[in-house]
Amino acid sequence: MKSTDLVDNQYLRTDIPAFAAGDEVKVHVKVVEGNKERVQVFQGNVIRRQGSGVAETYTVRKVSYGVGVERTFPLHTPSVAKVEVVKRGDVRRAKLYYLRDRSGKAAKIREKREF
Amino acid sequence: MALKAIVGEKVAMSQVWVNDKVVPVTVLRVEPARIVQVKTTERDGYTALQVTYGQKDAKKLPKPEAGHFATAGVQPGRRLVELRLDSVDGFEVGQEISVDTLAEGEKVDVTAVSRGKGFAGGMKRHNFAGQGASHGNHKHHRAPGSIGSCSFPGRVFKGLKMAGHMGHEQVTTLNLEVVQADTERNLLLVKGSVPGPNGGVVIVRNAVKGGKKGAA
Repeated sequence: MKSTDLVDNQYLRTDIPAFAAGDEVKVHVKVVEGNKERVQVFQGNVIRRQGSGVAETYTVRKVSYGVGVERTFPLHTPSVAKVEVVKRGDVRRAKLYYLRDRSGKAAKIREKREF
Repeated sequence: MALKAIVGEKVAMSQVWVNDKVVPVTVLRVEPARIVQVKTTERDGYTALQVTYGQKDAKKLPKPEAGHFATAGVQPGRRLVELRLDSVDGFEVGQEISVDTLAEGEKVDVTAVSRGKGFAGGMKRHNFAGQGASHGNHKHHRAPGSIGSCSFPGRVFKGLKMAGHMGHEQVTTLNLEVVQADTERNLLLVKGSVPGPNGGVVIVRNAVKGGKKGAA
């Protein structure tokens, strides 16, 4: 137990599904424009999860029009409406930084097969 | 000087969300403080409140301290702390000061004893630049360089920045914002960092500088 649990626990979200590096996720981000709020979906592969407790973050990478885009979200942020897991990836590392140097088929992550 | 003050202990740092934005906070445990003695200008030459907080077994107190608590008629606490205030009008012995004296959004100054760093060199203690890693440098990479002139003045000036003991001194961080004052759990959340180690004693007072924003 951490000494700041009393403060942190109320901010922890329980509605986030379990996912790990290699999984493909859809992150529904709340975007505020003026006084209107809408939801934008950021879909890509999780390339890392970092930190613990209330400060845990994850990074999602996608290739958009040939350009790699990475966004890091705090796991418990209220500005993410929801996280959907699209695919479970079969990877051997916790941090998939090698994907940055690869493109096309080489950057593909095998899907995890459940037996 | 301050209008109100309170004593607490640093718990640790964490983060909270305010309007969907992360705010770094230091969590302070501020237990209700009991006034043991009111110091006045007439009697003591200055105005302050001597307070205690927490609980301590009366049998384990040194005799003089036990007597001091007994005279005041206050339950003994873990520590005696003095809070300097502009005015002690309206305060009396036995009265309790709790965390609700501070409100959310208020600016505060936090005083504590900083972490001791031991005997530190010029680079760590005074942000000296040090010397080159190469170009023939030999065993003088973190040395301070020249500390003065020649036979005139023939001495090293007093107060020159040199290596020495660093840390373990009273430090006050000014104008921190109160993010939350939780009376139920006796917690105070201030935005940003606070001097000293976790578990250290901190004194929180309303901000005394800082112009318009800091004015309470």
